[in-house]
Amino acid sequence: MAAPQGDNVIRVKDVSVTLNNRKILDSLSLDVKRGEVLGFVGGSGQGKTVLMRTIIGLLPKTAGTIEIFGIDLDQASEDERRSIERRWGVLFQQGALFSSLTCIQNVQFPMREHAKLSQRLMDEIAIAKLEMVGLKPDVCDKFPSELSGGMTKRVALARALALDPEIVFLDEPTSGLDPIGAGDFDELIRTLQQTLGITVYMVTHDLDSLHAICDRIAVLSAGKVIVEGDMAAMLACDHPWVKEYFRGKRSRAAGTAHAHNEMVPG
Amino acid sequence: MSEALLTTVARGERLELAATGAWTVESAATLESLVDTAAADAGNATSVAIDMARVERLDTFGAWLLERLVRTFTEAGRGADVVGLPARYSTLVKEAHRSNRKEPGPEGQDDIVETAANLIRRTLMLFVRDILQVMQMFGQLVVALLRVARRPRTFRFTSMVYHLDRVGWRAVPIILLITFLIGCIIAQQGLFHFRKFGADVYVVDMVGILVLREIGVLIVAIMIAGRSGSSYTAELGSMKMREEIDALQTMGLDPIEVLILPRILALVIALPALAFLGSMAALYGGGMVCWLYGGMSPEIFLSRLREAISLDHFQVGISKAPFMALVIGIVASIEGLAVRGSAESLGLQTTASVVKSIFLVIVLDGVFAMFFAAIGK
Repeated sequence: MAAPQGDNVIRVKDVSVTLNNRKILDSLSLDVKRGEVLGFVGGSGQGKTVLMRTIIGLLPKTAGTIEIFGIDLDQASEDERRSIERRWGVLFQQGALFSSLTCIQNVQFPMREHAKLSQRLMDEIAIAKLEMVGLKPDVCDKFPSELSGGMTKRVALARALALDPEIVFLDEPTSGLDPIGAGDFDELIRTLQQTLGITVYMVTHDLDSLHAICDRIAVLSAGKVIVEGDMAAMLACDHPWVKEYFRGKRSRAAGTAHAHNEMVPG
Repeated sequence: MSEALLTTVARGERLELAATGAWTVESAATLESLVDTAAADAGNATSVAIDMARVERLDTFGAWLLERLVRTFTEAGRGADVVGLPARYSTLVKEAHRSNRKEPGPEGQDDIVETAANLIRRTLMLFVRDILQVMQMFGQLVVALLRVARRPRTFRFTSMVYHLDRVGWRAVPIILLITFLIGCIIAQQGLFHFRKFGADVYVVDMVGILVLREIGVLIVAIMIAGRSGSSYTAELGSMKMREEIDALQTMGLDPIEVLILPRILALVIALPALAFLGSMAALYGGGMVCWLYGGMSPEIFLSRLREAISLDHFQVGISKAPFMALVIGIVASIEGLAVRGSAESLGLQTTASVVKSIFLVIVLDGVFAMFFAAIGK
């Protein structure tokens, strides 16, 4: 907690992951700094989600170390691990809301499990969180099956933020949203990140998100991070895939739109 | 990390509170009671100042509790100021200030009579709706059947054979075992009690008539409702959840014709066959017990059975089977299509399917009993 700004909250070092005899990640290293928004991109099936799931401990790794808040997860005791788990929030691709609980119960779930709070405080905080992610309090008593895709993502984000985590992992937060919804969601993540001072690790395909909110981008290819840096570094990179991705037909529109936006206020 | 604290610095006209430490989720429970005590214990103060300068950390929980404190003071007519709030937390506090603004809606009056009346009305409406749904599904099935009869090539014969294998052939062992045991039990109980007044031989009449008219088909129908009705509901329900049924519809196919008709026809064919096999197994079990426990030789059992029962009994029993199959299939399909998005709803509908179909099977059996009594069979 006393860590100064700019240190690394996540340190992934030489991590290899093998699934079904296929090497997905090959001694990959990646650092995420406190308070930044890191966008993680790569082609489909390259293992972006695999790395995220490995960091949060859902998949086993065959080699390497992962340190979070300076604690090696392999060496950590059960208690240390649990306290780390309290300090991160995860937004899964499909939301992964518990279908038998209402929205407000979903948001309260981590609080109920990890903190001893009065029901009144949990109700108020959960409503505040739902309002922070841009929902009306009347969604509280709805079940996940009654929500639209965008609302599901928002409720899932509110749940990920329930305990005021220091790191938030987002797995394709804008996939399945319309461009306006996706833009709103980007803005929401940016606002929350600034308000709450959290570190965001975002797996994404959305070039607009990368332009709009990411401080740093890392590109995964063939099991390694081939390039990392800001958008300018991406555009300057000569790797064919990176070139195609950031300078291809689809990316040009996003890039120009963003450049235009930057010019106006400047 | 120092404990979150809220201390009263000065009292009187102007109440001064000072906050220190970490106002975060870890200390939220302690902090909440401190905040509530401070809010209640304001004395005669007309204005309040809350000094946040020495707060080390603040998260949503702390920000909300601060907001709650301010609100309580304001509502009580005291002016409350937050002073010395570190700039990095100002957005968060503003965010908390905006939230929880909507007044909770008025609580519903808890009138017991009205609640009970509403409950009864709703249950009755659901019951009527269930009956209407069964009739609607039956109608749709008939229409689908007629359509298929006009163009026999469109009938999903493979699908029906597949389901016939699943609900018919694969159910044979368990049906034989259960009905055999039931036959044994009926014979044993009959022998034990009839023996007291020397009426052992009439056990054969009882076993024969009971098994062929009622027990054989009823037990098999109940078992099939639990075994196959539930699996139909779960299958159709998960197809509904994954929008497979919607996909079928958009391709111009009728889900009733493609999915439900072959399943129900398979059930209508399988249930009479299983009821026949079950009845035979029950008679066999009854005969075994009469021989081993009652000392009645198989020859006597068979000749007695031949006198006691007629083809009528068998016809009465077996003619009920297809109707029971229809009821089970229709209820299972309705419940399957009623599944909504959640996993919980799938479980609920599967339970409802089994409970309703068993209930209806027994009701149907009663109706048949009255019918056959009326026509003198």
